[in-house]
Amino acid sequence: MQWLHKDLLDVSQLSRSEVMSLFETARHFQEINERPVKKVPTLRGRSVVLFFAEPSTRTKTSFDVAGKRLSADTFSLAKSSSSLTKGETLKDTALTLQAMAPDAIVIRHWCSGAARFMADLLDCSIINAGDGRHAHPTQALLDGFTLYQEWGDLSGKTVLILGDVTHSRVARSNVILLNKMGARVRICAPRTLLPRTVKSWRAEVFHDLDEAVRDVDAVMCLRLQLERQKQGLLPDLREYASTYGLSARHLEKASRDVRVLHPGPMNRGVEIASDLADADCSLVLDQVANGVSMRMALLFQYMTRKGGEE
Amino acid sequence: MSRMDLLVRRAMFEGREVDVIVNEGRIVEIRDCSAEIDLEEFEQVEDAYGLQLMASMTDVHVHLREPGFEYKEDIRSGLGAAAWGGFGNVLCMANTSPVNDSASVTEAMQEKANIYWPEGPRLFPIGALTKGLKGDELAPVAELRDAGCVAVSNDGVPVKNTDLFRKAMDYAANFGMTVIDHCEDPYMAVGVGVNEGEVSDRLGLAGQPDVAEALQVSRDVLLAEYLDIPIHLAHVSCEKAVEIIRQAKARGVKVTAETCPHYLLLTDEWLAEPENEYSAMGKVNPPLRTERDRQAMIAALNDGTIDFLATDHAPHGMHEKEVEMDVAPCGISGLDTALAATWALVQDGTLSREAFDRAWVTGPAQTFGLPVNRFQPGDTADFFLFDPEEEWVVGPGTMHSKGKNTPLAGTTLKGRVKTHFLAGKKIV
Ligand SMILES: [Zn+2]
Repeated sequence: MQWLHKDLLDVSQLSRSEVMSLFETARHFQEINERPVKKVPTLRGRSVVLFFAEPSTRTKTSFDVAGKRLSADTFSLAKSSSSLTKGETLKDTALTLQAMAPDAIVIRHWCSGAARFMADLLDCSIINAGDGRHAHPTQALLDGFTLYQEWGDLSGKTVLILGDVTHSRVARSNVILLNKMGARVRICAPRTLLPRTVKSWRAEVFHDLDEAVRDVDAVMCLRLQLERQKQGLLPDLREYASTYGLSARHLEKASRDVRVLHPGPMNRGVEIASDLADADCSLVLDQVANGVSMRMALLFQYMTRKGGEE
Repeated sequence: MSRMDLLVRRAMFEGREVDVIVNEGRIVEIRDCSAEIDLEEFEQVEDAYGLQLMASMTDVHVHLREPGFEYKEDIRSGLGAAAWGGFGNVLCMANTSPVNDSASVTEAMQEKANIYWPEGPRLFPIGALTKGLKGDELAPVAELRDAGCVAVSNDGVPVKNTDLFRKAMDYAANFGMTVIDHCEDPYMAVGVGVNEGEVSDRLGLAGQPDVAEALQVSRDVLLAEYLDIPIHLAHVSCEKAVEIIRQAKARGVKVTAETCPHYLLLTDEWLAEPENEYSAMGKVNPPLRTERDRQAMIAALNDGTIDFLATDHAPHGMHEKEVEMDVAPCGISGLDTALAATWALVQDGTLSREAFDRAWVTGPAQTFGLPVNRFQPGDTADFFLFDPEEEWVVGPGTMHSKGKNTPLAGTTLKGRVKTHFLAGKKIV
């Protein structure tokens, strides 16, 4: 598929057929990840900057591995090693990075809109690896790919997103992606962890987990930031775990072949019962493996695109 | 017979062509244009053919940034933007550095104004309500009044402690100083610069709810009623606040309120438009609200619930706005664009001409006891000549303020000030 997008800011930019083509490409790269020598020369001589202004070992490592398996050169710029702490603006950091002529910049930043800000400023491809609470398209794509591998087709399936939706870029991107792929989306959380206008989202909203899990085909747990309790959003973790933590008991009400996902890192015993994280229905480690394949697919598509504006 | 000071010839005024005669800083007469006038009788003659004669406007809410942040704006550049923007009287807020909480700061501001703009625009400083705007000790209101402050306000940093705010209102009233309040419940208004609603939820930005403003408006209205003291509410932005003010006025509470041009022109959807998505140019406090709020503001200004307009002119350096939304400062540079942007609302029938005149001329002057020109003989000759047909594109080349931060940048406005007279003297 001829790839025309310069940047990946959110999944809303992608058509259903573009998502399908990414799934196919990821499936192709998955095979490389199973070989004894896990490396192809596809992106030899090209360079990717991993600019993580907000620390995230998992996502950064995933992109790093993905780039290296395609023989791209990857460079990291973490918050501490960049000048951000010395008061340099994002604009100056961006222009500095551009001067080093990378083919793509993967950005993780604590501000919503930071990826868009970089994309407007720079000529190279910007891949959003999470901006504030706005979007996390690569996570949504790897989650979608994981379910696609399980089911072949997402249409008609019901997926529950459980947990802190207000502060979650994973939830925002997944609501868009899952709808795009034909799934029905449910959301469940206490009202303090739901955006005020969540009713206008394309999802059915629940406050009671027992009701929310009824007949669902998959549950996506969201990571709970433990400091939410201090912000008055929850009384304590014990109560949260007992009312909104997913356990095997809840899954009895779900569809028989229910699958459980978590973007990691998990707070075991808080948003997900520990045994459930390791159970057969858990796709947590598949998500990690698929994360590399999907990011290989993305780097490949964005770094080999033929000029042109979106 | 001695000569008159000034004749303005052939200006458009209330749909006719007039000559304006000015002497000793005051309007002598406005009369239908006559061919046989003897130009020799005047020291100065100004040809105003094709230009609209309009009364000088008053802006009671500007941030001039001097002392302390002169790179954003200084008194010289800010008053220049006012002069070219049609404003003859300007009230400047106290959140400078140092804060305007003592006579020496007030006097320094006035001194700068007198050096650079001796004939005006006239600068009327607003003193701090609490020392350092910190919200824990009363500012010396008597000293500030004696130094020339015309009101007191904690604008920018609302007083959290309601009991202290009540005492501040009481104390300021001793000295006839009206309190101007920036209405925002400080605990609730954590996400600043963006309205809490569908747009903020979609963009993943922490929003500021309209109830955070309405709660503080309720508090202020109840205190004003209880103490029987006037209060002025700054930059009201939402329907809920307007409803509370409307009911309070009906009960006879001495409350006055302003809103700003941007709340009449834009909504939070501006921040989500593809070309502006996450642009900090639209980050302002209180935030741009919804279409429903915008309509409520227009209706309230037309029916007088909102007494008048103010720009909340908040200039910033471009490098400060060209950053991520979360870290950008709030504020819109407004002095340059206010007149043309709101005049357009009169032209398209959104605002009545009466509301426009009250918004910029009579309303603010009455509330703060400033001179006002109603073009009656004896009125101070404060007016400007306006070309209603001239089109200009908002941008660095056309703005006089140092602050080029406006969501209107790049748009075309119609109407430009050509000359501005204060007390009969040409200031620009
Ligand atoms: Zn304010």
